Amino acid sequence: MRFFGKTKIDFIGKRRIAFAISLVIILAGIVSLVINKGPNYSIDFTGGVSMELELTPVKEGAQAVEIQAIRDALTNAGIQDAEIQEIKGTEGRQLVLIKTQAVGDMKDKTSTKVIDVIKKEFPDNVDPETLIRLQEEVGPKIGEELKGKAILAIFWALLGIILYIWWRFEFTFGLAAVAALFHDILITIGIFSLLGKDISLSIVAALLMIVGYSLNDTIVVFDRIREDLKIYRKESYSSVINHSINETLSRTIITSLTTFVVVLSLYLFGGSVIHDFAFAILVGVIVGTYSSIFVASPLMVEHFNKREKKLGTRGKKR
Amino acid sequence: MRNRKIRGLIILVVLLVTAYYFLPMVVPNLPSFWTTKRLILGLDLQGGTQIQLEVDFSNSELSEKEREDAIKTAYEIIRNRIDQFGVAEPLIQRVANTNRIIIQLPGLKDPGRAKDLIGKTAMLEFKFVASSEQMQETYEAMDKFLQENIEKYDFLEEFTDVEETEEVVDVLGTEEDIEDESYDNAMIFTDLTTSEEGIPLQIEHKHIAKLKSLLKDPLFLQNVPTGLQIAMGKENKNDPYSARDIYILHRKAEITGKSLENAITRIGQGYTAKDKGPYMLLEFKKSGAKKFKNITGQNIGERLAIMLDDIVFIAPTIESRIPDGQARITGNFSIEECHDYVIVLNAGSLPAPVNIIEERTVGPTLGSDSIKAGILAAIIGMAVVILFMIIYYGLSGLFADLALVVNVAFIIAVMTMLEGTLTMPGIAGMILTIGMAVDANVIIFERIRENLRDGKTIRSAVDNGFSRAMITILDANITTLITALVLYQFGTGPIKGFAVTLSIGIVGSMFASIILVKAIFDGFVTNSAKDKLSI
Repeated sequence: MRFFGKTKIDFIGKRRIAFAISLVIILAGIVSLVINKGPNYSIDFTGGVSMELELTPVKEGAQAVEIQAIRDALTNAGIQDAEIQEIKGTEGRQLVLIKTQAVGDMKDKTSTKVIDVIKKEFPDNVDPETLIRLQEEVGPKIGEELKGKAILAIFWALLGIILYIWWRFEFTFGLAAVAALFHDILITIGIFSLLGKDISLSIVAALLMIVGYSLNDTIVVFDRIREDLKIYRKESYSSVINHSINETLSRTIITSLTTFVVVLSLYLFGGSVIHDFAFAILVGVIVGTYSSIFVASPLMVEHFNKREKKLGTRGKKR
Repeated sequence: MRNRKIRGLIILVVLLVTAYYFLPMVVPNLPSFWTTKRLILGLDLQGGTQIQLEVDFSNSELSEKEREDAIKTAYEIIRNRIDQFGVAEPLIQRVANTNRIIIQLPGLKDPGRAKDLIGKTAMLEFKFVASSEQMQETYEAMDKFLQENIEKYDFLEEFTDVEETEEVVDVLGTEEDIEDESYDNAMIFTDLTTSEEGIPLQIEHKHIAKLKSLLKDPLFLQNVPTGLQIAMGKENKNDPYSARDIYILHRKAEITGKSLENAITRIGQGYTAKDKGPYMLLEFKKSGAKKFKNITGQNIGERLAIMLDDIVFIAPTIESRIPDGQARITGNFSIEECHDYVIVLNAGSLPAPVNIIEERTVGPTLGSDSIKAGILAAIIGMAVVILFMIIYYGLSGLFADLALVVNVAFIIAVMTMLEGTLTMPGIAGMILTIGMAVDANVIIFERIRENLRDGKTIRSAVDNGFSRAMITILDANITTLITALVLYQFGTGPIKGFAVTLSIGIVGSMFASIILVKAIFDGFVTNSAKDKLSI
């Protein structure tokens, strides 16, 4: 079976349109980030309390707990502004997600306080064995440190990549690849901001993963460009690069497809813990595939064309 | 030909090692020597609590070496406490080059108790309760101080406008008395520490946080009369929202935990509330017992408060001299609570306070949900990819699928060999590898298809396809490996797990697609007389 024969799609010719599309999506994300004053950091980075509790009625005749009732109980106990949300549980289980800023320092143990309040106010819905599904309490200091660490990690990854590509290809290839990576990360963060999703520690891991995936994709195309530039010495840069993209198109699509399918399976069936992580990678696979065709390679065309104007070495002297 | 033999040997060794470590996962009842190494499930999959502690040096001036010693002592003491707490296979680790300690308690459902246990400094002190004159003096001083400095303590505002005092002003009505209004209003501390029923020396539950902040405030503490101290009583575990006692004590500790020989939990069999239920029995060392005898003998009729970590547990009146060096701490204890204090008292006190800076608990239900969901997602994802490869590449696709299965087994085997921890992000990394592992084969197959299209013979199309694709695959995978390594370096627990499975997966997929699939192709192409390749 075969999806593609020899294709001759003019990707490079449409690069300006592609740049415009990317720019619009990135701008939309940036506007959302500005309006929301930065990304929605999860408690991993801000410090605070996040818990998932099971409140399925355990006594006969007990009712499901109203979110408002939980809010009132917490407010009465001095825990204000808690973010409370019901989430879908399997087999009719009632699960609630409670997030609050930590009240006081960690010694006061806000999470323990929340548990105490719930146990006291909703005894008909509490089975002590299964009540706590997830309970996370992070001090503000740890959060600040992690933020710094996350930024450093992304920095080191990008630096390592530029150096490797510089060594294997040429410095500009490295820059173009990293530009494409920034494109992917910006779009993913922007989409998270638009959808109001939290950036947690695992989302940072997902971002780094997207970096890895998108890069993998870009390198395969670059590799072909490097090879083709040696073979078709008389043709213009844009037509060689367009040729390389077409040659690798079939591989690009198939690999993206298989990766997309497994991540989709992770997104649909992988459970609540991994849901947002899988979502980020789904976005990343699409954006990363797009960027190696429409961002990284066209950037190389722009670069070569500029150099060509200065030096005028290609196609004429040979 | 020699190269092929070496390649065959490599493949054989890798497959055997993979099979050896992978089999215990799928075959039950293997001999025990075979299953010594096993894959450990992370806390997020089996449920449990992780706590990160920091030894707090902010209030001490210790040298570098003294700090190092203090951290080591803290580590030992905490390990001792956790060991006695009775959780299976706890993991206690110092974070290298920091003053932090990470504790993992698998299978723990209620982290509250463990946290209490760890956080306790277990400073045991015996102090005399102040006389009623001294109490009076303290109250007057604190009321005056708060009235004059109310702007610094805005959380006490609700105690500044009391209606009753207005009535007093109305009745008297003179100008002088209006000036005195401030004095009438000035019983902020008294009001704060009087219960709603009007009982003095009791604080309502809702005001406890306010008193706690006062007791942490240096300016407030400076104004407590010299030699005296304000302390809170123990909360009533049966009714955590009830009012708590307030004590005014002498600052000087008569006896401390240093004189303690041993602490044990006992259950009282008496009939009165005081004699019933669990209590702690403290036994003093010889010197401590002597001191205790003297103190009790000389102060009959006085109240002696027994404090743990600055909380007054009981403050009984000394009725007679206590000669045997034993003291009881009674109170509304649960047996667990009593037991936990005894552990802490016996394990010794921490050299410096420790703060819990991070805590994560995963309940057993979420853990098992995650495992089920992870396995389901992996099976579905893998099935779709395997089917797709066969449909799209025919027999060659089947070879790639074989490589894929080997790769997944390889990841699990290496993780087992390294006795690694499998976490949910680790499973995600593995699933992601399933998608990406076929990439190497896709690159190769597409090359071979191109070569065939260009009219090359099968033999040369295959050889050229593999050798050309190899460069691409190396470049692409090494850059991904760089990101995985950075992730590992950066990561805390779960992210590390993800980076590890991903890295192993990358190495495994290079082996499987470049070496294993090439060997299969070579065998197939050499031994088959066909002039068509199913690709």
